[in-house]
Parts: sequence; structure tokens; C-alpha cells
Amino acid sequence: MTKPLVAIRSVSKNFGEFQALKNVSLDVWPGEVMCLIGASGSGKTTLLRCINQLATIDAGGIWLDGELLGVREHGGRLHRLSEQQIGRQRLKTGMVFQRFNLFPHKTALENITEGPTQVQGRKADEVRAEARELLRRVGLAAKADSYPAQLSGGQQQRVAIARALAMKPMLMLFDEPTSALDPELVGEVLAVMKELAKSGMTMMVVTHELGFAREVADRVVYMDQGAIVEQGRASDVLGAPREERTKAFLSAVI
Amino acid sequence: MKPAPALAQGFPDLSGMRIAREPHWFRWISAALIILVLAAIARAFANGQIEWSYVSRFLTAKVILEGIVNTMVMAVLAMMLGILLGIVVAIMRLSPNPVLKSVAAGYTWLFRGTPLILQLLLWFNLALVFPTIGIPGVWTARAVDVMTPFLAALLGLGINQGAYTSEVMRAGMLSVDIGQYEAAQAIGMGRLRALRRIVLPQAMRVVIPPLGNEFIGMVKATSLASVIQYPELLHNAENIYYANSRVIELLIVAGLWYLLVVSILTPLQMLLERRFARGTLRLAR
Repeated sequence: MTKPLVAIRSVSKNFGEFQALKNVSLDVWPGEVMCLIGASGSGKTTLLRCINQLATIDAGGIWLDGELLGVREHGGRLHRLSEQQIGRQRLKTGMVFQRFNLFPHKTALENITEGPTQVQGRKADEVRAEARELLRRVGLAAKADSYPAQLSGGQQQRVAIARALAMKPMLMLFDEPTSALDPELVGEVLAVMKELAKSGMTMMVVTHELGFAREVADRVVYMDQGAIVEQGRASDVLGAPREERTKAFLSAVI
Repeated sequence: MKPAPALAQGFPDLSGMRIAREPHWFRWISAALIILVLAAIARAFANGQIEWSYVSRFLTAKVILEGIVNTMVMAVLAMMLGILLGIVVAIMRLSPNPVLKSVAAGYTWLFRGTPLILQLLLWFNLALVFPTIGIPGVWTARAVDVMTPFLAALLGLGINQGAYTSEVMRAGMLSVDIGQYEAAQAIGMGRLRALRRIVLPQAMRVVIPPLGNEFIGMVKATSLASVIQYPELLHNAENIYYANSRVIELLIVAGLWYLLVVSILTPLQMLLERRFARGTLRLAR
């Protein structure tokens, strides 16, 4: 029997008084493409950030590839892992940010090789060859030596996807990858993501692109006020929502 | 719907007309006045009680040249110590560890809070507090032998500079977008590696202009080390005028050298700025 790649159990997260996540449980299966939708402040971005530990959870647990994230159980208590151990766990996930966050003082190629050479300690030649292949895959073979400031938003985001893939993650997390883009640049980023989904990568995508969700997602999860309201096949959740809140959200978005 | 109307009449055609040059009378007059005043000052100095021959003779005297070399050696070494301390203290200040944070804040408070000349005198006179220094059983020495004018000046200037530089560095690190830390973490980097590889190189772009400023300040602050017998430029110039009483002439010699050094430093700073501006739009275009 296969096991979920990500198992989220009763996760809560507060920012001061604000409850960003309320007792969320969810499984993500290997090879699955999951789209998380919902209004801003619904907790979908926070959920992604908890999975790659940019945010720490206040209660519950997240298992990635069978390994409990961020803490270790010992003598009936949970102990926080060291920075190195958390860094090692992060290598299993790749993160793509809304605002790209490319390193501006490094070229596109150097952005991609930075992690494999510096963190994983791999050989520079081998990593560079792989990085060029990744750039070709995202359609930017000619931009290897460009700095981020010389690239359009869509090109920057595609480099950012290549940078995340270079670490050979088991899971790709996308945090509103097209929200900061001019409308005419959204398509090129979504095309790269579609190709990635087709290649069998497990993906969690926070997005407002319902067209993308309908076409690519195996499952759509609708969140509101820190909780999962409805989930299911894209055609069901987007085409025939059962919950009133989902219906209200969808009619407001479309 | 009405069709779009033709362009309205009454606006003359300006094509082919150039913008005229204005004569700027006031600029010419004020420039002439300033030149007159400067000429009067120059004439006053030329006819004053200054033996210009002494200035030109001592400008390249061996003792003066040694002084400027010592000044530059001290300024560079103390600045390097200051930058090193500044980076370490800034990282401590921004760390989540409350112990490191407090130590860093205490250091800045102490060394920014007392005059530099007082710190120099304290280091130089350390032997009064600790006649012998060292690690008991391993190595000991008399403090007067260890605390030479050179070492006292280096510690005094460098540690004081570190307190100021740490604030410059902290500002630089804070200027880097939080998303850069997150992106570095997301590819598995720890805090220190992210600082070294991602944040500090970007912070450098921001801190070089203020650091250039601090270094120019340091070149001149070395003159304070004259009070603890470090043979820098001003100290050597003073030694000469104690002997020959040409006070103003030698002060002018020292002043010219300081001006020359600072004039050379400014273009050097621009080269450094360009080096760290990699990837920014201004250079990319």
C-alpha cells in the first residue's frame, strides 16, 4: 500500500491573536497535483510555509516522506530539531515564491547552482551541466548569464522554478507563482508548471488560476478562515461545489 | 455614438522650434566674486608669515613620508579590524539568541559612549592596571613591552571603529529583503551560510558609501594616535616643528598629505561600488 508523501495532522498555527490554521488535516499522495484555493488570509500560503518550515506550527504534526518535520519525539516530549537537521529536511521540498526571490547578485545559472554546490556540496561542473539542462527545460537556455534584473517577471519565475528543481526535491510547493506577474506573462509560467505536473512531480500549488486548477489539478482544496472547507476532484469542487462558502467564493472570483 | 471630433483649432505648431539658451548673468557674477575672494585669501597667505620654501622642502622629507606610510598602515589595519568586528557584532545583534544580542548591544554602547582619545590613552596605559598580562602557566609578559604604541593604536582605533561599523552593517543587512533569507533557507541553507552567501554580498552594495565615509574618518582619526607616541603623519610633523619652530609650515605639509590621500580614496570607493553593484539595474543597462 502506498503511503502519502505529506501527512498533515491536526495542524494549528497562530500569529498572535489571529488563527491562521485551525486543526488542519490533509494527505498529499506521491505524484499528485493539488491546488489550494481560497481568499487571502484563508491559510493556504501558511500551510505551504509550514510544510517547508519557513513557519513553525503551534500544534499537530506534519510528516514528509514518513519523517516528522521540525521536531523529534523523545521521552514523551517534542524537542525542536537543530538548524542543520531542519535544513536537511527542507532539501526534500522545493519552494517557488510569489515574488520570485531570485538572488539579484547572481546570474540565472548561478542562482540554480548555488544550492547544489554550496548546500549539497556537489561538483561544480556536473551541477552546471544540470543547471543548463534545467534552463533549457524552462525555455531559458539563452539566459544563463543574465542577472535577474535583466529578465522579465515570467522569466524570473521560471528561473526560480529551475532553482527549486535543481535540489531534486520530492515535492514542489508553489506559493501563488503567477500573482505578481503581468497578465501576458502568466501563461509561460503555467506552461512550465503543466510540463512539470505531466512529468509526475508531486505538487502543491496555491493559486488563483482556476483555469490551471481545472486543467492540471488531481485535487482541489478550498480553504477559508484557516480550515479546509471542501476538497475533491477539480471538476467537482470547481464545477459543482457542495458547500455554500465554496459557491460564494467561486462566484466572486469568476 | 458621436464620431471622434477633429483636433480643436487655436494651438500653434511648435515643431522645429528649439529651447533657447539663457545667459545666466547671476552665475557669471557670483563665480567672478568667488574667484576674487579666493585670490585675496591666497594673496594673504602668500604674503603672510609663512616660509613656503619650508613647506616644499618638508613635503617629501623622509620623516614625513614615513609618517604617511604609518598613517595608512594603521588606517587600513584598524579599519579591517573594525569591519571584522562590525560584521560579527551585527550578526550577533540580529541573532535570535538573547545572550549574543545583549553582548553586542553592550559592546556598541561602551565603545560609542566614550571618546576615542580616552580609549587610546586607556589601551596605552593598560600596564598601570595589569603590570603583567598573559595566560597563567602558558605565557606571560610585561604589559609595557606588549602594549606598544602600534598595538594600543590598533586596538583603540579598531575596536572603536567596530562599534560604529556594526551599526552600518546592521543597516545593510536589514536593507536586504526578507524574501532573500527565505529563498536561501528554502534551498537548505543555514543562517550563517545564508548571511555569507546571499545577504552580506547584497548588503555590501548599501554599506560601501557609509563605509567609505568611515574609512576617510579613520585616516584622519589616526592623528589622535599621536598622543600615544605612534609615529604617524601628524606626530612626525609635530616632532619636526618642535625642533625647528616652523609650526604652520609643517601643519600645512601634513594637511596637504591628508587631502591627497582622501582625494585618492574617493575614486577607489567608486570602483568598489561598481564591483558590488553586479546584477543591479543601473549597471545591467
